[in-house]
Amino acid sequence: MSAKFEADARVRVNCTVNGKRHTGYAEPRTQLCDFLRHELHLYGTHVGCEHGVCGACTITLDGRLARSCMTYAVQAEGAEIGTVEGLSEPGTLNPLQRAFSDHGALQCGFCTAGILISTTYFLADNPMPSEQEVREMLSGHLCRCTGYEGMVRAILSVAGGGS
Amino acid sequence: MKPASFAYIRPETQDEALSALAEHGDDALVLAGGLSLGAMLNMRLAFAETIIDINRIPALNRIERVDESLRTGAMVRQADALKSADVSEAAPLLRLGLQNVGHYQTRSRGTLGGSVAHADPSAEIPLCLATLDGVVELASQRGSRRVPAREFADTALSTIREPDEMVEALHWPIHTGAGVAFQEIAQRHGDFAIVAVAAVIRNETEFSLGFGGVEGVPRVLDGMVGGSVEETVGAFVDELDAMDDPRASAEYRIGVARHLGVQTLRQAQELAT
Repeated sequence: MSAKFEADARVRVNCTVNGKRHTGYAEPRTQLCDFLRHELHLYGTHVGCEHGVCGACTITLDGRLARSCMTYAVQAEGAEIGTVEGLSEPGTLNPLQRAFSDHGALQCGFCTAGILISTTYFLADNPMPSEQEVREMLSGHLCRCTGYEGMVRAILSVAGGGS
Repeated sequence: MKPASFAYIRPETQDEALSALAEHGDDALVLAGGLSLGAMLNMRLAFAETIIDINRIPALNRIERVDESLRTGAMVRQADALKSADVSEAAPLLRLGLQNVGHYQTRSRGTLGGSVAHADPSAEIPLCLATLDGVVELASQRGSRRVPAREFADTALSTIREPDEMVEALHWPIHTGAGVAFQEIAQRHGDFAIVAVAAVIRNETEFSLGFGGVEGVPRVLDGMVGGSVEETVGAFVDELDAMDDPRASAEYRIGVARHLGVQTLRQAQELAT
């Protein structure tokens, strides 16, 4: 059966974020990034350009990378979502996050959440990437502070379990 | 920006989608991966009373060989097509084109059918389909029909799809030869192409050379191999009515199209022999 919601409906949305079940309410036009932040109070996902270019809001949705600004919350009913909060326990860093810190791969941190999600997905898909492949993957994200050199070094340092 | 309000329908079968389109088609837009439509809704360049989300119709995800074609369901994700052995074997031109579509992240969710239905003048997927002389399969409650890809888009961002129809699948004529090439000029890799060119050689004797980003819709030159590539391509490109916009002037586009057209056709010819 088709799900059907009027434009001004307040729709109950159930989804799993980082392995934990959540429920919130959204209008059909509510972007998934806003739902994560304002309904579920998961502020790790950042909202930048809101038209899919900057990559700050990148999450995983049912095992695919998604720009959460161009996905609507109602689309996430029953979905498995992954955000930066799921990468490590609060107060700890996973090896990729540690490498970003060690290599100066972030400054203000605005773009970082999306880049960490993309990179985690990318390394699972391609565990031994070339530098060129890493750079091409990063081209789907905008960073306006540090540039990308530190990120490339950080990602290559953890790729394939490297030190 | 935030999109204006819309009602939302999420069908779970093709029949439900067609029934929603029959009822709301005049005021509805079909949402596939959302990589183009989402941006347009958010920037309020597109409006719809109703959004019909076809992301949960499993039948639209198939890639299969049908007769002399590779049939890709409308919702086949670009990343999946890029990894598909069937695509590599039967439609290697599409594989080349896909390497230039958006970014790693956007291809994960972006679809083949969505790109063709959106009909951006610079989009690689409709360009490859037109160059290969493929077919767009449309469905509605009135029945399905097949439209040559070269006739599907009528102007930039506009197609001959009727309001109650949806793109159900794309048919890629099987082309297994090595004679394919794809090149584009964009400000950065992954950006919208200023000019994109696709070439295919058939039976070592015939070629099709498609140009994207020059006119509002892909334009394809069919010809026979042999003779001066510069003259053949130059004569065709000179007749194109190139777009003129802040990204690139018409004159620049024609210049790039001529240069890239010659280069791409030569490359395909070399690979074919």
